Amino acid sequence: MLQYILRRLLIMIPTLVVISMLVFTIIKLPPGDYLDSYIAELQSQGETVDPKKIEFMRQQYGLDQPAWQQYFTWASGMLQGDFGYSFEYDLPVTEVMGDRVTLTIMVSLFTVIFTWLLAFPIALYSATHQYSWGDYGLTFVGFIGLATPNFLLALVMLYMANVHFGTSIGGLMDPRYLDQPWNWDKFVSVLEHLWIPVVVIGTSGTAGMIRRLRANLLDELHKPYVVTAQAKGVPPLKRLLKYPLRVALNFFIADIGSLLPSLISGAEIVAVVLSLPTTGPILISALQSQDMYLAGSFLMFLAMLTIVGVLISDLLLAWLDPRIRLTGGAQK
Amino acid sequence: MKSITLHAQPSTAQPLSPLSARQPLLEVRDLAVSFRIHTAEVPAVKQVSFTLLPGKTLALVGESGSGKSVTAQAIMGILPSNARVQTGQILYRPTAESQAIDLAQLPRDSRAFQAIRSNQISMIFQEPMVSLSNMHTLANQIGEALRLHRKISRKETRQRVLDMLALVGFPNPAQALDRYPFELSGGLRQRAMIAMALICGPSLLIADEPTTALDVTIQTQILGLIKRLQQELGMAVLLITHDLGVVANMADEVVVMYHGEVMESGDIKTLFDHPEHPYLHALFKAIPHFDMHQGERLISLRDIQPDLSTFQTLRQPWPAEARQVAPHLQIRGVSKRYQIRQRQGWFRSQQHDLVAVNNLDLDIRCGESFGLVGESGCGKTTLSKMIMGALTPDSGEVLYNDRGTQRNLLTMSAEEKRYFRPKMQFIFQDPYSALNPRMTVLDILREPLHIHRLGDARMQRQRAQALMKLVGLDPRFLNRYPHSFSGGQRQRIAIARALALEPDLLICDEPVSALDVSVQAQILNLLKDLHQELGMTYIFISHNLAVVDYICERIGVMCHGQLVEVAPREVLFSNPRHPYTRALLAAVPYADLNRPLDFALLEKRYQDASAWPAPYTLRDVNASALVEEAPEHWVRLPTGGSL
Repeated sequence: MLQYILRRLLIMIPTLVVISMLVFTIIKLPPGDYLDSYIAELQSQGETVDPKKIEFMRQQYGLDQPAWQQYFTWASGMLQGDFGYSFEYDLPVTEVMGDRVTLTIMVSLFTVIFTWLLAFPIALYSATHQYSWGDYGLTFVGFIGLATPNFLLALVMLYMANVHFGTSIGGLMDPRYLDQPWNWDKFVSVLEHLWIPVVVIGTSGTAGMIRRLRANLLDELHKPYVVTAQAKGVPPLKRLLKYPLRVALNFFIADIGSLLPSLISGAEIVAVVLSLPTTGPILISALQSQDMYLAGSFLMFLAMLTIVGVLISDLLLAWLDPRIRLTGGAQK
Repeated sequence: MKSITLHAQPSTAQPLSPLSARQPLLEVRDLAVSFRIHTAEVPAVKQVSFTLLPGKTLALVGESGSGKSVTAQAIMGILPSNARVQTGQILYRPTAESQAIDLAQLPRDSRAFQAIRSNQISMIFQEPMVSLSNMHTLANQIGEALRLHRKISRKETRQRVLDMLALVGFPNPAQALDRYPFELSGGLRQRAMIAMALICGPSLLIADEPTTALDVTIQTQILGLIKRLQQELGMAVLLITHDLGVVANMADEVVVMYHGEVMESGDIKTLFDHPEHPYLHALFKAIPHFDMHQGERLISLRDIQPDLSTFQTLRQPWPAEARQVAPHLQIRGVSKRYQIRQRQGWFRSQQHDLVAVNNLDLDIRCGESFGLVGESGCGKTTLSKMIMGALTPDSGEVLYNDRGTQRNLLTMSAEEKRYFRPKMQFIFQDPYSALNPRMTVLDILREPLHIHRLGDARMQRQRAQALMKLVGLDPRFLNRYPHSFSGGQRQRIAIARALALEPDLLICDEPVSALDVSVQAQILNLLKDLHQELGMTYIFISHNLAVVDYICERIGVMCHGQLVEVAPREVLFSNPRHPYTRALLAAVPYADLNRPLDFALLEKRYQDASAWPAPYTLRDVNASALVEEAPEHWVRLPTGGSL
C-alpha cells in the first residue's frame, strides 16, 4: 500500500513537468507578450509610449530572452516557492492570489455542501419512485437548473435579493467591510452575500448530480443482490442505503479528482457577473492581458490540485470497493 | 462433520409428530398473479394451487415463462413492483398449532412480513455470481440475516456464521469469513447463499433454480448439500427447476406448470411412472440421456424446420485428397498461464501463475464433431480462444489444414489472418449478450459479409433471408431487434451469424447451457442437422456429458488444463477409464427414479490428481502422458505407468 502511494507520488513529478511545459507553451501561443498588449491599451487611450521605457521594462521582466530561458526561470522559481511576478498588479503572484483564495474556498465549499445536501435525498427519492409525479416534478426542476445559464440566474437573483432583502449588489460583503480586518460583523455580512453565489453556482451542479446518481441507482436497484437483501428481510431504507447506494457511490468518489481544482477556480463567469472577489475573474483577466506568470502559476496550481485529487479519489475508491482493491492485473 | 446447534424456532428444531406432519406448512390456493405492462394487466400465474407438508420437498417444474418463479416471489412477497396478487391465498402455518397467515394479504414492506423472510421462509437464487453483494464480506452478509431477526452480539454472530460456513462445506471457514463473494468460485458462492438462507433455521427454503448456473459436478454437490441440510434441520423445500433430472433426485411431490397454469401435479412416483399430460410426456422426450440409440433424435416441444436448400453458395465441398493431408487441427504442446493476484491482507497482494492450459496435444479430424468436456476452470474455453486467435498461447503451435495446405495459426500475419477468419467461427454460451441489442437481425447477419466485402446490399439481404430459413426462423423477422426474440431464437440467430461465411470449423462454447430443456433439444437438433448436411468440423465445449454424447463423435475430457481421456463417444460412455471421467459421468442426473445420483461420490476429492486411484495417480502433473490403452482410447497416466 505504502509502496503504491509512493509510486503514485513519484509519477506526479514527470506529469507536473509535462503540464508546466504545456501550460507555458499555451500561454505563449498568442502573438506578442504582456508589453504589447500594454502598449496597445495605452495607445487606445491616446497616450504616447516612450519606446525606451518599454525596452527597459522588457529587459527588466526578461521578456527579451528566448522562450526556453523564460520557462526555466519560471519553472525553477516555482520549485523555490517563487511563483513569479504579476505585471498587471505590480505585485508578486502569491500576494495577488492570497486574499482571494480564502474567499474562493469558502464559496466553493458551501456550494459543494449545498449540492450534496440537495442532490442526495432528491436522487434517492427519484430513483425509488421512478416515473411517479414526484420524480417527474423533480426531474423537471432539475432540467430547468441544468438549462438555465448560470450568469442569467445570477442577474435575476441579484435583482431579487436587492429588492426584497436590500442586500447590496455584487461582491461577497458590504462595501464598508472591504479591506477591513476580519470581525464578527464582517463575517455575518459575508454570510448574507454568500448564499446568492452558492445557490447560483450550485443549481446546475445539483441538477447534474441528481441525474447521474439517479441513473446509477436505477441500474443497481433491481440487481439480484438487492432482491437477496429483500428476501433476507432487510427493511427498505436500510436496504437502499447499504446495497445499491454503496455501489452507485463509485462515480461520486471518482468525481473528487475534479472537485479539488474546481474548489479554487470557482465559477469564473458567475464570479465576474456577481463581481465576487474570488480567483476566477483574475485568471480570466490574466489570460486576456497575457500576464503570463500570474496565469501560468495559477494554472499550475490547478494542475497540482487535480493530480492530488485524483490520487485521493483512487485511494478512496480502493478503500470503498474491494473489487478495485483485490482484483485486476490478469494478462491476456 | 462437526455438529452444531442452530438457533432455530423451537417448532422447526423439534421432530415433527406424525399428527402435525399432516398439517400443511404452506398451502397455495387459487393463486393468480398479473403484471401491469403499460395499461394492460398481463396474467403470469393463473389459479395455481398446491400444498407442501413440513419437512417435504415439492418441485415446481416448467420452462422459462411458465410462472414458477413468479409463484415463488409471491410467496416471498418480493414480486416486482408492477406485479400484483390478483386473487387467491398463500397460507403459511409456522407450527402445527398456530393460526395460518395469509401471505398474499400481508403488506410487502410490513414489519410482520420482514420478520418472516429469511427467519421462517428463506430463498436462494439462480445466479450465485450476482446474488451476493460484492461490496460486503461474507461475515457481514450472512451475519446480517441473523442480526435482523435475533438479538445477538457481533462476536456471537461471527461464531455462528463460522459454524454455518463449516456446515455448508467451506474448506476453510475461518478464512472465508472476511472474503468477498467475487473472490469465490460459483459453487462456493452458492454455498454461501445457502448458509445465509439457513442461518436463522427457517421452516421453508425456496430454491429458485439453485443449480442451473453451475457445472453438473457442482450441481450434484449443491443438491446433496440441500438434501443433507433438509434432513438435519427438518425443513421443507420448494424447489423450482426446469430440469427433470434434478426433480427425480430431490422431490417428493411435483407440480408441472405451463403458461402460468398447473398442468399436472402429484406424488413423484406416480408422475414419473405414469405421466398423463402430453406436456410432461413431451418434456421427458426432450432430455438427452446416455441410453439413446444411435441416430435417435430428441423430440423438441416446438420443432423447427431448417431449410438448407438455398444455403451453400460460397463454399465448395472439400476435395477428398485434402482430407488425407492432415487432421483439420493439430494442436501441439500448447500452454497458457495467467498471472493472478492473490490477496495477502489489506491492500497487499501477491502474484502467482495459474496454468490454464498445460502442454496440450490434440488432433481434430476433418469433418468430425469433437466434444471437449470439463468443469469450469479446466481450461476448455481458454483452449478454444487460443484456436480462434483471441488469446496468444505462451508456447506450442496450432496447425490448420486449409483444404490441403498446412498453415500455422500462430505465426500468421495480420493480413493473412484477416483472409483466414471466415474459415473459423464461434458460437457463444449466452445468446443474450452475444447479440448487439442496437442492431437489427438483418444488420447482425449482414455484418460478417460486410466485413469481408462479400456481395452488394441486395445479395447480402438475400443471404440473410436464406440464413434465417436455415435456422428455422421466418425471414420476415429480419427487421426486428434481438430483444423481441426468446433465448432459443436468439441462439439460433447467433448460429445463423456464425454460418454466414460458411466456415469449415465451428467452435460452440456451451451453446445450450443457458437454455431451457425444451429449447435445448431444438438447438441440439439444429446443430446436429447442420453438421450432417454441411460437413463442417465441430468443436463442441460443454460441462454436460449427456449433451456432448448427443452431438459428438469423439470426446476429450479435460482437467487442470490437460486432457485426461480421449475416446470415441460410445467407448467413453460404455467404458470410462479415468476416475475424473467417471466422476463427471456420475454427476449427470437422470430423469429416472431408479437411477439416483450418488451424492457421496462427489464429496470426495475427485479433482485432486494425487488422490486419483492407481494407476492414474499423478504426483507431478507435468510427468504424465496420454497412453493409447485400446485403439482410439487414450488415457492419461504418469510417465512410465501402464494399466
